[in-house]
Amino acid sequence: MTPVLDIRDVRKSFGAVEALRGAELLCPAGEVTALVGDNGAGKSTLIRCITGVHAPDSGSISFRGEAVAFSSPTDARARGIETVYQDLALIEDLAVWQNMYLNRELTRGFGPFRWLERRRMIDETQTRLGRLLVNMPPVRAKVRRLSGGQRQSIAIGRAASWGSSLVIMDEPTAALGLRERGAVETLIGNLRGEGIAQLIISHDLEQVMRISDSIWVMRGGRTIANWRTKDVDRTRIVAAIAGGTV
Amino acid sequence: MARRNYVSIVKTETLKSTGIAPKLRDPGFWGDNAAVIGLIVIGAIFSMLTPYFLTWANISDLLVSASILLVLATAQQFAIVTGGIDLSIAGNLPWAAVVFGLAYNGGLGMGVSIIAAILAGTLVGAVNGLVIAKLKVNDFIATLGMLGVMNGVALIVSDGQSFSVNSHFLQALALGSIGPVRYFYLIALLIAAGAHLVFTHTAFGTHVLATGGNREAARNMGIPVSRMRIAVYIIDGALVGLAAVLLVARTGGSDPSLQTSELLTSIASVVLGGSSLFGGRAAVVGTVAGALVLTTLLNGFTLLQVSEFYQPIAVGIVVIAAAVLSRLQR
Repeated sequence: MTPVLDIRDVRKSFGAVEALRGAELLCPAGEVTALVGDNGAGKSTLIRCITGVHAPDSGSISFRGEAVAFSSPTDARARGIETVYQDLALIEDLAVWQNMYLNRELTRGFGPFRWLERRRMIDETQTRLGRLLVNMPPVRAKVRRLSGGQRQSIAIGRAASWGSSLVIMDEPTAALGLRERGAVETLIGNLRGEGIAQLIISHDLEQVMRISDSIWVMRGGRTIANWRTKDVDRTRIVAAIAGGTV
Repeated sequence: MARRNYVSIVKTETLKSTGIAPKLRDPGFWGDNAAVIGLIVIGAIFSMLTPYFLTWANISDLLVSASILLVLATAQQFAIVTGGIDLSIAGNLPWAAVVFGLAYNGGLGMGVSIIAAILAGTLVGAVNGLVIAKLKVNDFIATLGMLGVMNGVALIVSDGQSFSVNSHFLQALALGSIGPVRYFYLIALLIAAGAHLVFTHTAFGTHVLATGGNREAARNMGIPVSRMRIAVYIIDGALVGLAAVLLVARTGGSDPSLQTSELLTSIASVVLGGSSLFGGRAAVVGTVAGALVLTTLLNGFTLLQVSEFYQPIAVGIVVIAAAVLSRLQR
């Protein structure tokens, strides 16, 4: 089966700095792919190349079997790549359902003053998120009132809910306590069953071992190793990240 | 028997927990409804002090004198929701009034003159919005600049002369009524109701709230935040133009050197109403209550024949008290 995302030999320089010197990555549908590496290994630059923030200098990015070059994150989103950034892009003073449907509101009528179909959005948010989340907050609650884990879950649930084929998550549980981290990991597990490809950047190797199907290691702007998670142990990953023998 | 008692106790407990009592114990309830609560308290005090306060004639007068402030506060609400502020109201209002007067006295007819006044206000709003969103000038500075500019322009265009506008239509607007309901405040209340619906029931309103709540996140979600910020200042300006028509109807003329205190009271009304000056929250019902609180204070003091020197002190204290209460907000 064609992987959702297929990246080959992507290179990107900023002036004299070669941030990417041959990055590779495969994200199959229905799997969790982990991207690991030390700070400055090129993970963030690679993500920015995928989502259209940067244009790669060379190499190929295929999305659902098609070569793509997104001009902006909005462009990437329109084609089905959602990114959950660390700031989550939630509006604290709006309710859960309003955030869920932000800029995708269901409306009746036409023109700039289209009428919101509040009832339908509230019900559908309950259905969509209720199915995925273990710690589902009240749909009408303002995000300001939610815990960090609930916010993270809403942001991920929203990203996964809009017909996207690929959800990219940057350190999805870095700021969370133990129990909340568990809830977010359950959500990620549930999304696997939805057939979405998930790409996760994480420094937490225990977590990577727990939730991922495959692991890709970057160092010095290159992809230097990849394994099926079940075939590798933590020591070898650490060695690869740090620059020992693979 | 003992068992029966037990059951009845349980029932009361259930009733209590779903009733208003727990709400009253929640400090957030007081913070969210500071203006409405303030209005009730101040109204109760005045109606104890003078029997005239709670008569329909007085309430109706009070609403009429609150009308222009209500429209201006609704205008201000749009700017404040995005985290902005509109200081140019005090220059835009006399400017739009002068345009209205010149247009009508120049023989353009009432309909065209009203449209001209609203367009004059809209134009100022559009300039505010463009300077703020495109030239990236801070809202406070941009509208402060426009305040000076429009005060000057109003004086130049009118040659510094105030003039009267005589029209049966305007008289009917200022004095007429449907049954006991005067047109004057009916218009103001309809505008406030419209603004409330925009924020609660339209995608546009939601996007404005998102822009004010977290500009970066709104942009990430694909909302055109610059266009939103321009749009709110355009609506703001149009409403100021409309307020100018009401002002001319009420005073019978336009005065280019009008120094309106309603700039500060419009901001005070919005803040009293519970909208954050940092943006993201629209409490139009609160803003209406806020404008009514400020007008009620003046009305009650006049009824009680308290020296008008004390009025600004009372207004100032109420605004600060409301700000303290709003720290309890949820």
